[in-house]
Amino acid sequence: MTLTEQLPILVVVLPMFVAPLLAVLASRGQLPWLVATITSALTFVIAVALTSQVMASGQIDYALGNWPVPFGIGLTIGPLSAMILMIVSGASTVALVAGRESMNAEVDPSHQALLYASWLLALTGLLGIAATGDAFNVFVFMEISSLASYVMVANGPKRQALTASFKYLVTGTLGATFYLVGVGYLYMMTGTLNIADMSVRLGEVSDTLPVMIAGGFIMLGLALKAALFPMHAWMPNAYQFAPTPVAIFFAACSTKVALFVMLRFQYELLLPNLGPHAVFLSSWLIPLCVGGFLVGSAVAMFERDLKRMLGYSSVAQLAYIVLGISLVSSAGITASMIHFFNHALIKAALFVAVAGMIVRFGSSNLDQLGGIGKRMPLTVLGFVLAGVSLIGVPLTAGFISKWYLIQAVLAEGVLGIVLTVLILLSSLMAVVYIWKVVEVAYFKEPADGHGGQAAITRQEAPLPLLVVLWVLVAANFWFGIDPSLPISLATQAAASLVGGIQ
Amino acid sequence: MTLLGLYNYWIYILLLVVGLYAVLVKSNYVKRMIGLGIFQAAVFLLFISMDKVEGGTGPIIRGIPDPDQLFSNPLPQVLILTAIVVGIAVTALGLALAIRIREEYGTIEENEIRRQDHEA
Repeated sequence: MTLTEQLPILVVVLPMFVAPLLAVLASRGQLPWLVATITSALTFVIAVALTSQVMASGQIDYALGNWPVPFGIGLTIGPLSAMILMIVSGASTVALVAGRESMNAEVDPSHQALLYASWLLALTGLLGIAATGDAFNVFVFMEISSLASYVMVANGPKRQALTASFKYLVTGTLGATFYLVGVGYLYMMTGTLNIADMSVRLGEVSDTLPVMIAGGFIMLGLALKAALFPMHAWMPNAYQFAPTPVAIFFAACSTKVALFVMLRFQYELLLPNLGPHAVFLSSWLIPLCVGGFLVGSAVAMFERDLKRMLGYSSVAQLAYIVLGISLVSSAGITASMIHFFNHALIKAALFVAVAGMIVRFGSSNLDQLGGIGKRMPLTVLGFVLAGVSLIGVPLTAGFISKWYLIQAVLAEGVLGIVLTVLILLSSLMAVVYIWKVVEVAYFKEPADGHGGQAAITRQEAPLPLLVVLWVLVAANFWFGIDPSLPISLATQAAASLVGGIQ
Repeated sequence: MTLLGLYNYWIYILLLVVGLYAVLVKSNYVKRMIGLGIFQAAVFLLFISMDKVEGGTGPIIRGIPDPDQLFSNPLPQVLILTAIVVGIAVTALGLALAIRIREEYGTIEENEIRRQDHEA
C-alpha cells in the first residue's frame, strides 16, 4: 500500500475532490485560480511519474476498491493512456498558468471560482477516460467532462457563447448516447463491461451482426465527440466563443480523448473480432479524413477571427490523426500517436499567443490586429514559430508528425501517393492561413479605429503568458530535433495495439 | 411471435428515431431538449429490456437461495440508474442555457437567434 501503487486512481480523484472545495471558496480574489493551477500541476506530476513507470515496466493494472477486475472497475494505464494523461494534465496546467489575466479580462470575478471548479471536473473526466479500462466508465467520465465543458463554454464574454454551448451540449449528448447504445450491444453479446475481458469474450461471437452494429454506433458517437468531419460544426463555434484559456485547454486535448477511445475500441475490440472490418474502417474513414483536412484548411484560409481559424485548423489536424488510425497499420497508429503529442504542443502555443493578443487588444479579429507584429514582437514571433511547426517545416515537431504520417501513407501503394499529394495540398493551405496572420501583423499599419494611424506603443503580452508561450515554442523545436520521447511511447503503444489484430 | 416478442426493441427504435428527429429538425430549444430526453429514454429502455431473464425474478436474495432459481440481471439497471442521473444533469443544464439565451436574445427560436447574430 505505497503511494506509488495508488497513483493511477489519484490522478483522477485529486481534481475531483478539489473541485467542490473551489465552489465553496466562492470569489476570494485569485485564490481559486491558484488552487486550480496547483491541483492541475500536481496531476501533471503524477502523470509524468506514471509515464516513467509504464516506460520502465509496462502496463499498470489497478483494481478499483480491490474488487477483482471483471467484477469491479479496473484502471489500465498503458503507453498510450500514459501519453494522453500527460497531454491532458499538461495542457490544463499550461492553459491555467498562461490564462489568468485573460480569464480576469473575460470572465466576471464572481463566476471565476465556479468556472475553475468546472475546469477541474472537466480535467477529472478527461483523465478518467484515459485511465479507465471499463466501457461504461468511459461513458460516465465522458459526460462528467462534457457537462463541465458546456458550463465553461457558456461563460464566454459574448452572448453567442450561450448558443455555442447549447449546440455543443446537443451534439455532445447525442454522441455520448450513441456510444452508450453501442456499449449496450456489446454488453448483450459478452456480458461484461471491462474492455480487456470484452476483447477475450468477443472471440466467441465474432462476426455477428450485433457486434457490427455496436461498432457502427460507437464510431458514430465518438466521431460526434471528436468533431470528425462532417460532424465538426460545433467545434470552431465552441473554440471561438469560449473564454480563451478554456479554448487553449480544449484545443490541446479534449477531442483527442475521444479519438483515444476510438483507437482503443477499434484496435482492441472490433478489428480482432470482425473479419472484413479493416476494409470497412478504411473505406469509411479515409474519405472523411480527406474531406476533413481539405475542408478544414480551406475554411481556415478565409476566416478572419483567429480563434475560429485555429478551430478549423484543428478540424484538419484531427483528420490527420484519424487518417493514421484508418490505415490499420502499425506505422499508421505510430504516426497518429506522435501527432496526438505534437498537435497538443502546436495548438497550445498558438492559442496562448492568441490569448496574449486578446488580453492587450481585446479582439482576435485580424481586421483589428493590424501591425501587432510591431506592438508585441515577442508574442507574434511565438505565434509565427508555432505556425511554422503547424505547417510542418523541418526541425519542428510538426515536421516529425508529417514525416511519419506520409511514410505510413506511402506504404499503401497508389492510394498512398494520392493521399500524400492531398496532405501536401492541405499543408500548403496551412502556409496560406499562417501567412495571412504574418501579413496583417508585420505589413499592415496599426489602425486607431478612426481611419488614421495609431501611435506604435510596445504592449507585450503579460509575462507568465509570454513565458509559457516560449516554453511551448521551445518544446516544438526540442521535439522536432529530438523526438525520442513521443516516438518511443508511440511505437510501444502501436506494438501492443497491433499485436491484438494479428 | 418473434415480431411481438421483440416489442420492447421496436419501441426502443421508434423512440430513438423520434427523439433524433426532434433534436435535428426542431428550431425551438425547449423542443430540442424534449427530443434529447426522448432519445435518451430510448437507450434506457434498451438496457432495461436486455436485463430480463425469462422466468427470472427480481435479483434479491432472501435466506438460502434455491440453486434452480433464476434471477434477472441487476447490472443493466444499475447502469441505467447512472445514465438517468447523467440525463437529468444534461436536461437541467440545457434548460438553464435556454433560459439564459432567452434573457439575452428574447427568444429561443434558432432561426430568430441566427437572424439577430447575423445583423449584429
